[in-house]
Amino acid sequence: MTTVLKNVFDRPVSLKDVSTHFCPGCQHGTAHRLCAEAMDSLGVQQRAIGVASVGCSVFLYGYFDIDVVEAPHGRAPAVATGVKRVRKDDFVFTYQGDGDLAAIGTSEIIHAANRGEAISVIFVNNTTYGMTGGQMAPTTLPQQQTSTSPTGRNVASDGYPIRMAELLSGLEGVSYSCRVAVNNPKNIMAAGKAIEKAFRCQVEQGGFGFVEVLTTCPTNWGMNPLKANNRVAEEMIPYFPLGVFKDIAPMGQEV
Amino acid sequence: MPSNRIEIDPIYCKGCALCTIACPQKLIEMSDALNEQGYIPAVISSGNLARCTACALCARMCPDAAIRVFKSVETDGGQS
Repeated sequence: MTTVLKNVFDRPVSLKDVSTHFCPGCQHGTAHRLCAEAMDSLGVQQRAIGVASVGCSVFLYGYFDIDVVEAPHGRAPAVATGVKRVRKDDFVFTYQGDGDLAAIGTSEIIHAANRGEAISVIFVNNTTYGMTGGQMAPTTLPQQQTSTSPTGRNVASDGYPIRMAELLSGLEGVSYSCRVAVNNPKNIMAAGKAIEKAFRCQVEQGGFGFVEVLTTCPTNWGMNPLKANNRVAEEMIPYFPLGVFKDIAPMGQEV
Repeated sequence: MPSNRIEIDPIYCKGCALCTIACPQKLIEMSDALNEQGYIPAVISSGNLARCTACALCARMCPDAAIRVFKSVETDGGQS
């Protein structure tokens, strides 16, 4: 009988062995790792094509060991539509922030979802524009102070935060839509399963899968990473409830 | 029998401290020295390492995938 040390947790193969530019505590890194783990699990790394958005997630090509197309701001679902229609056997996903997907790219995501394109969309919601300096986003919470809402978001003039996962679940073309968080190990494991399910929905059924990931932006929230992480449970999840909002077979297919 | 082990990459770690709250036994602490990037990295003492169960919750929580986890397992000489 001998005793050996077995490696039980390591960086996923689909993630490059490089340090990221993300700020300390930024959970883009967590979302990146979960996407990479899902691609490893499904064995699609060699035929994966990521479509990057504009924002802090713009450097997707530097962190994932897969092929990546850079889309114009907000247009990732439109670019992914083209990529998938030309290369039907490849695995295609977009990775977009809330400024990209829910503001400038609202049209593209809604129509790609409504058409039921066979793509997967990872939507990272941190309630602010990260890269450009913490401006108010469509997902900014009521009363949240940002650089363009210094006295707090006024819902009378700015409207209410958009719940994208629920909104998209109302479209016929969407097969899978859910919201997850990565603020504790339990939620992170659930998030990993949800992302894998969305990816599997495309690979096995040709369906449109959408996963909204609640994350922190410690820098633009003006908080340290631990306080920012607490805010997810205290303020974000009450407004953006976690859960699966749609889980059906793709359009035109039997369940 | 060698104890379980975690390796916190001193280059990748940005000192966010999220691993310190993920550890059920609170075995991970922050260093008192800066790393090459100028961050204060997370560290685990050899005494605390002896109590590590290799549950890997710290590694799952880490936004920078900076933690590798090794579990001590017994084998009968064949594949583990």
